[in-house]
Amino acid sequence: MQHIRMGILCLLLCATHSLQAQMDIDALFMGKGQLCTGPMYMHNSWKNYWEGTLKRDNPNLGTVTTQSISLMGMYGIRKNVAVFYNLPYVITNPSAGQWKGQRGFQDGSLWLKYKPVTKQLGKTQLSVIGLLGVSTPLSNYSKDMLPFSIGMGSTNGHARLMVDVIRNKWFATASMTYVLRSNARLDRTAYYTTQMHYSNEVAMPDVTQWNLRLGYRTNKMVAEAVLDNMTTQGGFDMTRNNMPFISNRMNATRVGVHFKQEEVGLKPLTVLAGGNYTIAGRNMGQSTTLYAGLAWIFQFGKNNNTKK
Amino acid sequence: MPQKISFTSSALLACLLLLVGCSKEVTDVSQQFPALNPARTDINAGTWKTILLTAPDEVAVAAPAAPTGPDYTAQINEIKSVQAAMKANDKEALQYWSAGAVLRWNELTRQLVAKYNLPPVNNADGLYPAPDANNPLAYPYFPFSNPPYAARAYAYISAATYDALVACYHYKKLYNRAAPYNVNTTVQALVPTSDLPSFPSEDATVAGVMWEMMKLLFPGEQAFVQNKINEHLQSRLASGANVRSDLDAGYALGRAVALKFVARARADRAGQAAGSLLIEDGMRQATIARGEVPWISQESPKRPGMLMHFGRVRTWNFDSATLVAIRPPAPPSTNSPQFKQELEEIYNFAKNPSREQIRIAQFWADGVGTYTPPGHWNAIACEDFVSMQLSEVRWARNLALLNTAMMDAAIACWDAKYTYFNPRPFQMDNRIKTVVGLPNFPSYTSGHSTFSGSAATVLSYLNSKRQSDYEAMAQEASVSRMYGAIHYRSDCEQGLVCGNRVGGFSVERGKADGAGL
Repeated sequence: MQHIRMGILCLLLCATHSLQAQMDIDALFMGKGQLCTGPMYMHNSWKNYWEGTLKRDNPNLGTVTTQSISLMGMYGIRKNVAVFYNLPYVITNPSAGQWKGQRGFQDGSLWLKYKPVTKQLGKTQLSVIGLLGVSTPLSNYSKDMLPFSIGMGSTNGHARLMVDVIRNKWFATASMTYVLRSNARLDRTAYYTTQMHYSNEVAMPDVTQWNLRLGYRTNKMVAEAVLDNMTTQGGFDMTRNNMPFISNRMNATRVGVHFKQEEVGLKPLTVLAGGNYTIAGRNMGQSTTLYAGLAWIFQFGKNNNTKK
Repeated sequence: MPQKISFTSSALLACLLLLVGCSKEVTDVSQQFPALNPARTDINAGTWKTILLTAPDEVAVAAPAAPTGPDYTAQINEIKSVQAAMKANDKEALQYWSAGAVLRWNELTRQLVAKYNLPPVNNADGLYPAPDANNPLAYPYFPFSNPPYAARAYAYISAATYDALVACYHYKKLYNRAAPYNVNTTVQALVPTSDLPSFPSEDATVAGVMWEMMKLLFPGEQAFVQNKINEHLQSRLASGANVRSDLDAGYALGRAVALKFVARARADRAGQAAGSLLIEDGMRQATIARGEVPWISQESPKRPGMLMHFGRVRTWNFDSATLVAIRPPAPPSTNSPQFKQELEEIYNFAKNPSREQIRIAQFWADGVGTYTPPGHWNAIACEDFVSMQLSEVRWARNLALLNTAMMDAAIACWDAKYTYFNPRPFQMDNRIKTVVGLPNFPSYTSGHSTFSGSAATVLSYLNSKRQSDYEAMAQEASVSRMYGAIHYRSDCEQGLVCGNRVGGFSVERGKADGAGL
C-alpha cells in the first residue's frame, strides 16, 4: 500500500453565489488522526451573464466580483473516513452603477467522506466513495439582492457518489451529487416568480451536479483538469431586464484546472491553486474563478500513516 | 474511533433526513383566506354616491324572469349538473373564488402589475424603446407597469368596480330575486348563504368590469383574463349562489359601467405622460436657471425620466387648482447647508447599513418585478378587509377610496418631482451606494412616502382601530427610502405630509358617499 497522507482535499469550485461551498470533490483522504487546515482565497468575476438563455452584459453592473476567504479543514478519522468543513466569508462588488456590494459569513458546510470499496485490478486501483454534507447560512444575510447577495439562504443536504480509478499515477474521478435545498426566507412578504406568492418563504428547487476530473497524482502532488456541471431541477428563468432571484433555474457548465503540492519548503505545508471558466450557463454569470490556498497538516495521536 | 464515526455519520444522516422531511410547501396568506361571509349585506348600497355614474340606473338592466317557470327550472338544473360534475380542480377554483370577487381580482391585478413592472432594455443605439399599447406582446411589452402606471390601474379598476357594484346592488334591491339556494332547497349551497338577492350577480358584475378594464390596462393578457373570468363565473354556478341569468345580467352591467371608466382613462392625459428628451432637457435648463443642480439619470445608457408628465394626469378626489395648492414647498437648495447636511445623513446610512435597516429597506422596496408600493398597500388593506367581513360592494368602495387616493398621490408626487427636478443622493455623491434599486426620476418628493401617507390616511378612516399601525407602517415605508440611500429626509417627510393631505380628500369622498362605516 502506498502511504496515504494526501493533504487537503477541499476545493471551492462552485464560487458564484456558492449554491454550496463545494467541499471535497476529489478522491483523496487524510491519514488517521491528521488534521489539514488552512485558508483559501477565491476570486470570481463576470461581465456577461445569461438572462434566462439570453446572453448579455449590463453597464449598470459592469463586472461583478465575488471574493471569498474560507477556513477549510479535513480530519482523517480513519484512512478511509474523513470529516471536513468550510467556513467562508464572502464579499461581492459591482464595478459600475450604484448598487452596494455585500459582505459577510456565507454558508458553512460540514461533510462526511467514506470510502467503502477499494479494489486492485492489476495495475489499476478502483475506489468508490460516498459523501454526505450539510450547508447552512452562518449569518442572516439578505437573499434579495442578487447578484450581490452573498448566498441563497437555504440549508442544503448534499449526497455525492464518486468513483475513482488510478493507474500509473494517472487517474480519473467522476462524481454525481444531489443537493436538497430547504425553503429560503426573504425580508418581504410577497414576491413574484411566474405568479404571485404571499409569503416570505421561497421554495428552492433542488440541484444536481456532476463532476469529471482527469489528471496525474502522486503522494505529494495533484494536477488535474476538471469538467463540471450544475443543473437546477426546476426554478424559473429571469424575465427580460429583470433582476435575478434565488429560485431561478441556475445552470452552469465549467472547465477548470486544479493543482496541489505538499511539503512545500516545510514538511506540513501544502499549497493548492486552480481556476475555472463557465462555458455555458443559464440565469448565471459567465464567470472566471481563480483560487489559491495554504494548508498545514497536524498529527493527532500516534502517527502510523507513513508505514506501508 | 468507530463510535466517533457512527456519531458523525448519524448526525449528518439526521440532518439530511430532516431536510428530506421538510417539504417545499410555502404557506401563502392568500390561499388561507376564508369564504366571504359578510357581516352585513349592504342591501341599500344602490343609494351610495357613485364616482362617474350619474345615477345607479344609468345602465339599464331588464327585469329578470320570476324564479318559477320552465326557464328558471332549467337554470336550476344547470347548477345541479355542474355540481354533480365537479372535479378536484373545480372544487379548488370554487374555494379560491369564494374568498370574494373584488379581493381575487385585486390580487390578479397585483400579479399582472408585478409581471409587467420591468423597465425596457435599451436598443443597440443607446435609446430606449417605448412600449406600444397597440402591440403589447412585442418587446418592449406593454405596459411597463411602474408605480404611477400601477397606481392608475388599481384606481380605475377599483373605481369602476365600485360604481358597477352600486348599480348592481340597486337592481338587486329593485328586482329582489332570491339566490338559487334560497329558491330551491335541492340546490346545494357550497358557499356561505345570505339573503342578498342574487340578480344581477355581484361576482359577474366584477368580472364584466375586469374584462373591459384589463383589455385597456393589460391588453396582452386577454387570454389569461378570459380564463380567469370563465373559472370565476363557473365557480359561482357551482356554488349554488347564482343561476345563469344572474351571471349574464351582472356581466353585461359590469362591462357597460366599465366603459365609462375606459372613456375617462383614454382622456386623462396619461397617454401623454411619457414626455420626451426635449421636454426633459427643458426641465433641466429651467432648473439650472434657478441656480439648482438638475436631476440626471444615473442609468447607463441614460434613460429618460419616468413619466415626466404624470403630474398632469387627471385626479380623482380634487381638482387641478388644488393640486397646485397642495404641491410640497421647494426642497432645500442644492447649494444650501441643509442640503449638504441631508446628503451627509444619507451618506452615513449608506456607508454601513445595519441588517435591520436593510430589512426595512427591502421590506418596502417594492421595486422592479413587484406589485409596486400601491400594490403593497392593497395587500395590507385586503388582509384587513378579509377580517372585517365586508360585503362585495363595501370591499369595492374601500378599495376605490384607497386606490383613487394613491393615484392622486402619484400625480401629486410626480408633479413635485418634475417641478423641482431634484438630484438623487448618488448623483451628488457617488460614494452613496444603495441596497435597493435607484429609481430613474427626480428625488423630491419620495413616491413611497406619498403613496404611504395617502394609504395610511384612507385606511385609518376605514379601519380606525388600526390607525396607529397604519401610521407606523407609512412612517417605516417612508424612512426605508433613506435606509435604502435613495432619498433625503426632506423627500420623505414632505412626501408623507403631501400624501396625508391627498388621502384626506378621499376620506372626504368616503364621508359623503352615504356608505358610512
